[in-house]
Amino acid sequence: MIAQMMLRGEIFAIGLRGKRRNLSAVSAVTRSPTRAADSEPFAGRTEITRAAGGIGVYAGLFGLAFGAVAAAAGLSVPQAAALSAVMFTGASQFALVGILAVAGSPLAALAAALLLGVRNAFYGVPVAGIVRPRGLGRLLTAHFVIDETTAMAVAQGERRAGRYAFWATGISLCSMWNLGTLAGALIGSSIDTSSLGLDAAAPAIFLALLWPQLARDRAAVVAIGAVAVALALVTITPAGVPIIAAAGVAIAAGLLPEHGGRGEEDPS
Amino acid sequence: MSTWLTIVLSSAGCYALKLIGVSLPESVLAHARVQRIASLLPVAMLSALIVTDLFDSNRHYSADWHTLAGVAVGAAALWRGRSLLMVFVLAIAATALLRLIA
Repeated sequence: MIAQMMLRGEIFAIGLRGKRRNLSAVSAVTRSPTRAADSEPFAGRTEITRAAGGIGVYAGLFGLAFGAVAAAAGLSVPQAAALSAVMFTGASQFALVGILAVAGSPLAALAAALLLGVRNAFYGVPVAGIVRPRGLGRLLTAHFVIDETTAMAVAQGERRAGRYAFWATGISLCSMWNLGTLAGALIGSSIDTSSLGLDAAAPAIFLALLWPQLARDRAAVVAIGAVAVALALVTITPAGVPIIAAAGVAIAAGLLPEHGGRGEEDPS
Repeated sequence: MSTWLTIVLSSAGCYALKLIGVSLPESVLAHARVQRIASLLPVAMLSALIVTDLFDSNRHYSADWHTLAGVAVGAAALWRGRSLLMVFVLAIAATALLRLIA
């Protein structure tokens, strides 16, 4: 189980790198190789709960920003709330409302949300191994599979702790994200959000999510290529299309063969 | 396509992607190239989203210097190793403050 998770470290680095600071207290406690018997409580439960609560606080604030940005983009309060309740994956939501805000093509908005959601499919593999959902539980598990819950689940040394971390983070984050969105949409539809600096919220969040990923193999080149493609297309395509075109840079870079026998599992 | 239809289709699609991940046998997604593309997709799209957010005003280039400066403050905070939350708070606070005084 753990070996499998390590093999896939490349993918989870998306979530893990950004969260490492939050998680350090948790993993220091739970990464001990000693395994408790099944009947005993696992180590680090309190720390996991505390970390999940902290993630909930920031999810509430990000949700507030999302709700306000969505309202400023012209979405109604129910539309903003529906996105957070059903889509429940922040980057896709911000991308979607960002494209709708500038009257971009709805198809481009749809494609951008889906392309950014692809990573969640890859998060699902280790999460399924840790949570081991059955029957209808699989449907709820799937809903909770995002950057933060995956990072928390795979950071734990033992499976029960990972399972607990997944649900604790998922419940905390989901409830706060939705409450924050609702409050933000209500506030955003009644005041000028740019006076609160909220137009900087989406690019700042995107930058913070991108930053830790730039260290990985080929990432810096892909980022520069994506910026060039997107900027080149701004004046000639409908809004949103430059972002979809930038995805092509990632696909092209990913298809290129390995160079010089360098491993891809651990770029750091 | 109406806004509601866009919301419903994209939400259903994003959920389907999550469900595929927890349902498919692991071997399906375990190809090096597939994983590499999946890990590079957010890099490319987040980069494109940042520059279009900052410089794209629907088919022409324009930028608001308050927002640019605010995001630059956020970037400086990232450089200094600040948390995601601090980066976010500093960026919007700097943007709001600059807009208030200048």
